[in-house]
Amino acid sequence: MIELKDVRKSYQDKEVLKGISTVFETGKINLVIGASGHGKSVLMRSMVGLINIDNGSISYDDRILDYQNYDQTREIRRDIGMLFQGAALFNSASVQDNVEFPLKMFTNMTKEERLDRVNFCLKHVNLENVNSKFPSEISGGMKKRVGIARAIALDIKYLFCDEPNSGLDPITSRVIDNLIKDITEEFNITTIINTHDMKTVFDIGDNIIFIYNGDKWWEGTKSGVKNSNNKELQDFLDASYIE
Amino acid sequence: MSIFFYFGRYLLFLRSMFTKPEKMNVYVARLFSEMVAIGIGSLPIVILISIFQGAVTTVQTAYQLITPMIPKTTIGIIVSDSTILELAPTITSLVLAGKVGSHIASEIGTMRINEEIDALEVMGINSAAFLGLPKILAGIVMIPILVIISIFLSEVGGILAGHLSGALTADEYIQGARSSFQLFNLQFSLIKAFTFGFIITSISCFHGYFTQGGALEVGESSTKAVVYSSIMILVSDYLLAQLFLEV
Repeated sequence: MIELKDVRKSYQDKEVLKGISTVFETGKINLVIGASGHGKSVLMRSMVGLINIDNGSISYDDRILDYQNYDQTREIRRDIGMLFQGAALFNSASVQDNVEFPLKMFTNMTKEERLDRVNFCLKHVNLENVNSKFPSEISGGMKKRVGIARAIALDIKYLFCDEPNSGLDPITSRVIDNLIKDITEEFNITTIINTHDMKTVFDIGDNIIFIYNGDKWWEGTKSGVKNSNNKELQDFLDASYIE
Repeated sequence: MSIFFYFGRYLLFLRSMFTKPEKMNVYVARLFSEMVAIGIGSLPIVILISIFQGAVTTVQTAYQLITPMIPKTTIGIIVSDSTILELAPTITSLVLAGKVGSHIASEIGTMRINEEIDALEVMGINSAAFLGLPKILAGIVMIPILVIISIFLSEVGGILAGHLSGALTADEYIQGARSSFQLFNLQFSLIKAFTFGFIITSISCFHGYFTQGGALEVGESSTKAVVYSSIMILVSDYLLAQLFLEV
């Protein structure tokens, strides 16, 4: 479980997060939706400690993320897997080396054990026989899947996905959504996804948060999204052509 | 104010590297890989500039000392001393600031804009140490070795140029070089190379690490890395000369 209390962040005079409080529950897919520039990415980057918040607290189960205590932040981060918008694979390393990297850094596995784990993770994301390929040699959807495989290589408790479907065709987007859903259920992790894709919301979302102008504007389940009276949320929904 | 801001940021960046490595054997493997990249990768350019540097210095010194009043061994003295004290460490380092510095800054800068550094941080890895420390250690080990190679090849170039131009024989050159040789000069040259190695790698890592934006900014970081490394090499060259050489 991840709990946010009154999270605030400003850049110069502009307040980009205006006191967001919420709880992201374990074993559920928590979706953060909202238009571009309204603070979704800042919120996610704050949650993983890449941006220091000005006020409030972020706690991972019983551990509060303390930006001043770098060692503690690193300890929490070892329980986190993150899929970046552009996958953020290491371009100079092969697919196998990318997925193997966290295992090399944080486990004492033998080479054979690491290779088994890499193949297990790649199989989980429906990728096989691509171990020796480099990121520049695979498609955008495959990069995202390798990113997910790398994120789950260690036994993580929290999975963050920043716009996992951006730049992907609708079919590949559904494949990625289903992978994230399966992984969340199988490993019982807390998953948080930033997305614009309303199809994702209705397909896999458990808990939905709508961010508007840096504020938590609406929160509820996917069935509540369509029935909400919130004007900005309905405008967002209408723009997505979801009936 | 901005100079203090950047200097403070540079010091904090260096300090952030000195933490316990997450996995020592991975760092050691990266260190050897960087040593190969910086050392072996720079060898062809160092060989080329060193031979020509020694050759040109010999020909020009001979041109200025063309009088029977001065023994020809003096050319060997001048070329050898200036090679050891100044030309080999400084010229080699300035060339390496261009080659190694721009490579480091663009590599780390590209990783920054591709969110690879963020990915390292989210994994719980100290990205500054992981990326920077092996490069800096490799620089302070390999650049002095390249400077030793440069000194040797400059002397070879000087001997060859003297022989080919007929300005002086190899024996006269070697006799001159040996007569003025002082071990301290070589030690001083290595102190300079060590310092320049640190400057090139740390400044380049710093500029790459704090790249913001896109491809254009990676190019800017790379240019800044070369320019600031070169300036700091020249400034520290003067300061070290003042500090170590009695005049």
